[in-house]
Amino acid sequence: MTPRYETVLRELAEKDERIVVMTAENRAAIRNLPPVLGKRFIDVGICEQTMIGVAAGLALRGRRPVAHALATFITLRAYEFIRDDLGIPNLPGVLVGGVPGFLSDANGPTHQAIDDVALMRTIPNVRVVCPADEHELAEALPVLIEEGAPVYVRHIPLMPVFERKKQFAYGQAEVLSDGEDIGILSYGLCSREALTAAKILRGKGLSVRQVHVASLKPLDEAAVLETLGKCRVTFTIEDHLLSGGLFSIVAELMAKRNKAAKVVPFALEERWFVPTLLKDVLEVEGFTGEKLAERMSRAAEAT
Amino acid sequence: MSANTVPVATDDDLRALSLRVREHIIRMSTGGGCFIGASLSCADLVAYLYARVLNLSPSTLTDPGRDYFFLSKGHDVPAVYGTLAELGYIPRERLQNHLKPTDSLYWHPNRKVPGVEFHSGSLGHLLSVSIGVALDIKMRGGQNKVYVVLGDGECDEGSVWEGFLVANAYGLDNLVAIIDRNEFQANIRTEELIPLEPLDQKLAAFGWGVRMVNGHDFAAMAYAFEGLPAKPGSPTCIIARTVRGKGLPSIEARADRWFVNFKPEEIEALLKELHGEEQARLTSETLMVR
Repeated sequence: MTPRYETVLRELAEKDERIVVMTAENRAAIRNLPPVLGKRFIDVGICEQTMIGVAAGLALRGRRPVAHALATFITLRAYEFIRDDLGIPNLPGVLVGGVPGFLSDANGPTHQAIDDVALMRTIPNVRVVCPADEHELAEALPVLIEEGAPVYVRHIPLMPVFERKKQFAYGQAEVLSDGEDIGILSYGLCSREALTAAKILRGKGLSVRQVHVASLKPLDEAAVLETLGKCRVTFTIEDHLLSGGLFSIVAELMAKRNKAAKVVPFALEERWFVPTLLKDVLEVEGFTGEKLAERMSRAAEAT
Repeated sequence: MSANTVPVATDDDLRALSLRVREHIIRMSTGGGCFIGASLSCADLVAYLYARVLNLSPSTLTDPGRDYFFLSKGHDVPAVYGTLAELGYIPRERLQNHLKPTDSLYWHPNRKVPGVEFHSGSLGHLLSVSIGVALDIKMRGGQNKVYVVLGDGECDEGSVWEGFLVANAYGLDNLVAIIDRNEFQANIRTEELIPLEPLDQKLAAFGWGVRMVNGHDFAAMAYAFEGLPAKPGSPTCIIARTVRGKGLPSIEARADRWFVNFKPEEIEALLKELHGEEQARLTSETLMVR
């Protein structure tokens, strides 16, 4: 059975007095925790900046804050607070962003966290983790809390669609399949759709190496480089802007290691996505498994 | 306590202490300069807090039962450096390292300096950090207090007002915010740009206990900081009326003497002016941001 994020957080907090659960009045993921945690549940109201500052103050006193808000507001509204109050002093803080990327479905551009990875990863000391499902997040949580570093996490409250062979660890990617024709690098929601795409491509006789990169910072450089090295063409697939996300991460790594490879990004180029229900977002933006497979085989043929 | 500790028992002692702090501030306003105007406006407050109010000493810097002091308007840090040097937290000679790459004494505070709890610089941050510390102290049943100095110009920042709301919501009677009310933003009077008055009524309406004090009068400060919280079960705000550049008539309450990098000969003249001699003739240019 898949453990719920909230259940795991409750169990950890019950055992560990250092853990304080915070929110800027967004309790969707933690609605049952107030009665259990008492004063260790802090809702600051709709004050994301203050939530992060308060988290830093709590961390100064030895607490391990786990803070929740919508992914856009926690990363954008509170950006400078994360940078100054958690990043500069390297204080512990797990920042959980709700409805990241395509999950904001019909909310519109104000709610589209498609720049969160770019923003968070540029802050020294701040780590970035994008699990694919509820189980992976729940499994990662004790690691994120125990590590004691500031970390931003995308929360994907969906059931798993693939099994992982390894426990979550910082700087470790999960190789879901191996192959040489097509390489796929992705994280979060897109790893789920990419799984379907990989199956379709294999059905067409192509060999596919799919790597789920939950730990975007620190990065599993070896897994990425191996993909670039052995695959004819590699796709980065992300519900994120083209700038600053996984494609940028891969491009930076290639430049740093003086590595040439054919890489095709599937991302949002200089625009927000069409606001509609999630299944329709995936359809119109070309990010369903079927659409991704189509786009990849077309691009692969062109190379 | 190290050798450079000065007595603080009487108000005369405090006046001598704050005079020494002002000398340090003046000396830090050359060789790169510093935010001298605001540093001088809060010098008496900072000296008073460290000398008389804070349950803190160089030997209790990591004691969880200590009082916490946060300087949210980080550009006033020369007042803190000077106070820390006089009260034995850092050697006086260390102030000669101001702005040197080999030390951590730059234009805004950071935690590498003993006696500094947290860095600041960007305005509107440390009220929320103070709230986090105050919340934790209350959770653990501690009796220690958290003091945070805010600028009046800093109160333009929305996050300050978030903090006023949240501290009231959580009944943080162990939190004391001191507003250095020198009536200036960077180069413009607050009331001419973004009026804050009636600031006391605003804070009271936000649920805070509010006291007003002359931020250069130690006897008045003794009264203002006594018997806190000012309002049972609520955070306290002490609005300290101060004068920017206090102690140097040639720069007092002047919009253009905000950040200055004085010439060495001007420093000597300003030190004399501080001690009641003739006013310094100043020709150094100032940093105007408008």
